[in-house]
Amino acid sequence: MSLTAADVKKIAHLARLNMSEADIALYTPQLSNILAFVEHMNQADTSHIDPIANPLDLSQRLRKDVVTEKNERDQFQAIAPEVQVGLYLVPKVIEDE
Amino acid sequence: MEWETVIGLEVHTQLLTKSKLFSGASTAFGADPNTQACAIDLGFPGVLPVLNGEVVRMAIKLGLGINAQIEARSIFARKNYFYPDLPKGYQISQYELPVVSRGFLDILLEDGTSKRINITRAHLEEDAGKSLHEDFQDQSGIDLNRAGTPLLEIVSEPDMRSAKEAIAYLKTLHSLVVYLGICDGNMQEGSFRCDANVSVRRRGETKFGTRTELKNINSFRFIERAINYEVERQIALIENGEKVLQETRLYDPNKNETRSMRSKEEANDYRYFPDPDLLPLVISQDLIESVRHELPELPQQKRQRFMDQYGLSAYDAGVLVASRELANFFETTVKASGNQPKLAANWVMGELSAALNKSNLEITDSPVNAEQLGKLVLRIHDNTISGKIAKTIFEALWNKEGDVDDIIEKRGLKQVTDTSAIEVLIDKIIAANPQQVADYRSGKDKLFGFFVGQAMKESGGKMNPQQLNDILKKKLSG
Amino acid sequence: MEYKTLTELSKELTTKKISSVELTQFFLERIKSFDKKLNSFITVTEDHALQMAKQADEQRAKGEAGRLTGIPFAQKDIFCTRGIKTTCGSKILDNFISPYDATVVKRFNDAGAVLLGKTNMDEFAMGSSNENSYYGPVKNPWDLERVPGGSSGGSAAAVAAYLTPGATGTDTGGSIRQPAALCGISGIKPTYGRVSRYGMIAFASSLDQGGPMARTAEDLALLLQTMSGFDEHDSTSVDKPVPDYLKTLNDPIKGLRIGLPKEFFNQGLDSEISKIIHDAVREYEKLGATVKEISLPNTELSIPAYYVIAPAECSSNLARFDGVRYGYRCDNPKDLEDLYKRSRSEGFGNEVKRRIMIGTYALSAGYYDAYYLKAQKIRGLIRDDFMKAFNEVDVILGPTSPTPAFKLGEKMNDPVSMYLSDIYTIAVNLAGLPAMSIPAGFTKGLPIGMHLIGNLFDEERLLKVAHNYQKVTDWHTKIPEGF
Repeated sequence: MSLTAADVKKIAHLARLNMSEADIALYTPQLSNILAFVEHMNQADTSHIDPIANPLDLSQRLRKDVVTEKNERDQFQAIAPEVQVGLYLVPKVIEDE
Repeated sequence: MEWETVIGLEVHTQLLTKSKLFSGASTAFGADPNTQACAIDLGFPGVLPVLNGEVVRMAIKLGLGINAQIEARSIFARKNYFYPDLPKGYQISQYELPVVSRGFLDILLEDGTSKRINITRAHLEEDAGKSLHEDFQDQSGIDLNRAGTPLLEIVSEPDMRSAKEAIAYLKTLHSLVVYLGICDGNMQEGSFRCDANVSVRRRGETKFGTRTELKNINSFRFIERAINYEVERQIALIENGEKVLQETRLYDPNKNETRSMRSKEEANDYRYFPDPDLLPLVISQDLIESVRHELPELPQQKRQRFMDQYGLSAYDAGVLVASRELANFFETTVKASGNQPKLAANWVMGELSAALNKSNLEITDSPVNAEQLGKLVLRIHDNTISGKIAKTIFEALWNKEGDVDDIIEKRGLKQVTDTSAIEVLIDKIIAANPQQVADYRSGKDKLFGFFVGQAMKESGGKMNPQQLNDILKKKLSG
Repeated sequence: MEYKTLTELSKELTTKKISSVELTQFFLERIKSFDKKLNSFITVTEDHALQMAKQADEQRAKGEAGRLTGIPFAQKDIFCTRGIKTTCGSKILDNFISPYDATVVKRFNDAGAVLLGKTNMDEFAMGSSNENSYYGPVKNPWDLERVPGGSSGGSAAAVAAYLTPGATGTDTGGSIRQPAALCGISGIKPTYGRVSRYGMIAFASSLDQGGPMARTAEDLALLLQTMSGFDEHDSTSVDKPVPDYLKTLNDPIKGLRIGLPKEFFNQGLDSEISKIIHDAVREYEKLGATVKEISLPNTELSIPAYYVIAPAECSSNLARFDGVRYGYRCDNPKDLEDLYKRSRSEGFGNEVKRRIMIGTYALSAGYYDAYYLKAQKIRGLIRDDFMKAFNEVDVILGPTSPTPAFKLGEKMNDPVSMYLSDIYTIAVNLAGLPAMSIPAGFTKGLPIGMHLIGNLFDEERLLKVAHNYQKVTDWHTKIPEGF
């Protein structure tokens, strides 16, 4: 799979990364190479194989429904870029929800 | 009518747990911003989710309540998108394999018939936080207290054909989740939220029209209005030769209109994949059975029982089971009434409901409790008081003037049932009205009412009507 | 005191030949003198360390000391340490003072180990050379022009140069074993689920596993004992008792069945390394082991599968670094999108961005089945290969890395050739198996690592097999010149 500059731009936007034209020129062939390499997977017949999401064949453990956490807001927000009256601040969210 | 409406509903119910879906932070409503958002809810580097077991039991309860398949194995996936109220940059949700699938609810239509609405699936997911826009210049404030609160999203098939059916389904589902104790049903606080998928098509057409999604409507009334508005809008578009666009629309209750949420549509690519921090959720038959034992009587079962046990009509039974509290109130009333279900039903649905409505009170806040109302019904039944007097006593009960018997006693409202006392009174009336007696005896039957009125007036309404009739007839003919 | 193993230092503390404060001062001094050359630490926690050492000595005076009480130790900077900067080698976390301790950190703290500092690493553990750190590359103490391997390159170099007797690492595709091999030390990646991942900043959640790095297998046994075990905060942590690794360490290995996968000895392997590994095999035969050739036919597919799964998971795991709640935020964002894009683009380095891009693409609509699902199926093939092999043998033996340490900058512009340096290690992560690397010789003055792979939860046997080798060889005792 060979990627185009437009593909790379689209992926960068999905991943919320900025790409300058120079970045795109650098990344497009590199990512295409990696994908070409990755496509060696297609050599293998996996039609009879179940996919593995996790190496251990275990099931989800369940937690008791108890409140174990206390208010640590001050500590958490001490390392936040911008807070006011206990809220995290970001540039205005366009109201559509 | 030329057009047919097609509606499918997605309902987000906030589950009534103490702690969050994947963390031990509290889910209590209304705390100071970010005081109930722990390291896991905030998506700190290195934190990991562990599933709340109570949530699983609640999902099973819903599954049993809607006659659904409870999946032995379901998977949590990540839905990836960037938004400030979504701390991890992904929402943990169930995608390909949900915990509950293929169920149904029977809803009762206004004409008394019932209709089956199929439910595609119900899946567990975490709620997002909230963005607040009012108080900051060019900025939004983010409160993540709600982030990670457990939701069960219940998705119906597009089986509803009118806004009324949609509301009937929502009310039935609402009553079910509240009965099950898995959701507080509070729509104002967002515990029960609805998205509606709406389309129209010409009658007889088998293919669905293009649908729009109406987002996040928070009252039954608004849902009905939003759907009706949207249906009209779509019909007008098509009749004008235009096309309905598949899009998400927002209902504005102030203007009573829906409008497009354009930016939302921009290339959504959520890149779902199984969350590698969580393992498959495996539900054993034993667990399902243990939950089944905890299940309360559900609205539909209760309605049937009310019909069988109390001889109520389907409609009356339906009204009385609409909430667990109302149904409990009714049954307590019946018990206190010496088993007079029909009379009790009339009083609960009539006088009591009207009074509650007028004062804007819930059944749980009723000033007249079920024991008192039952006693009142009993006193009507055993002829201590007449139905008319009972209304006076009800008012006194409402005003907290005491116990039923005390009020009857204090105010001397006891019905006169002593035959000799009634005879004395009637003799007195006959003696005082010789002309009317003569007229009656000569054939003016209508005058009978005059004598009843006189007798009631004399006794202050306390005379037993049947007894009065019998004695009066005998005396007048004599 | 010079060059004593962690186990030996533990004995000296027990017999009170030395105090923890003295020992801690000794290593802090060494870090001061030598780390300018290596750059193996991102943060040195001097005051904190001396305070912990003092507490450890007090605890010992009260007779409450354990085997790690007062032992100086380093944590890879991927583990969250409460109140201490935790960067993961990234600019995006340069200002991140963690508000909580990782489970692994807590366990070492509870055991009384003394934290010397946080070691350098490839940014978010993505790399095989430690050149991807925001804090600059780590140098290999055996040749300062060469890489120490990665991503746990700081831990490996620091242990190799004796700036700490032991350290933690994490291994997603070889990040403990490959740097251990390239720096001439011992390291073990436990079975997936054996060591808690809580507080270990995620790279690829289904592959990441923490483990110890030290001079000897005996040291590793002691450290792994402390690190391992069930953690209720990690859903993938396994609730299974941890055996006493030290108890069986000296048991003989007569009758041990060793498998040599022919795919590990093909043309890609340096011939000197091949010879060194075969010498090691002969040592094992002398110790009574039997050796047979086996096949792991899908080894080559492990790298492509890995470079789908790891980037896909990382693209999602790293979405939380958005400049909103902690970490780097760009100056004067003009809107929300600008905040996200500039904070992330300025905060992440090139390799991280490359992998986020690959992962985002692999998960995007229309490509999921071809990439992610296919890779998960390859994972199934690879696991089946191993399970078949373990029907015939007890451990699998081979080289850890196809080449010794390479020159700084040599592979920086060719991601694919860099990825290929993990050819022998990656399959192990895909299958979730435990594996270790121990020193087995030198070529042109550079250390070579021997790779031992065990069946699920067979750490006890691996450690025993490694220790038996170290009792009859001295490669693990070598210290690079100038340190």
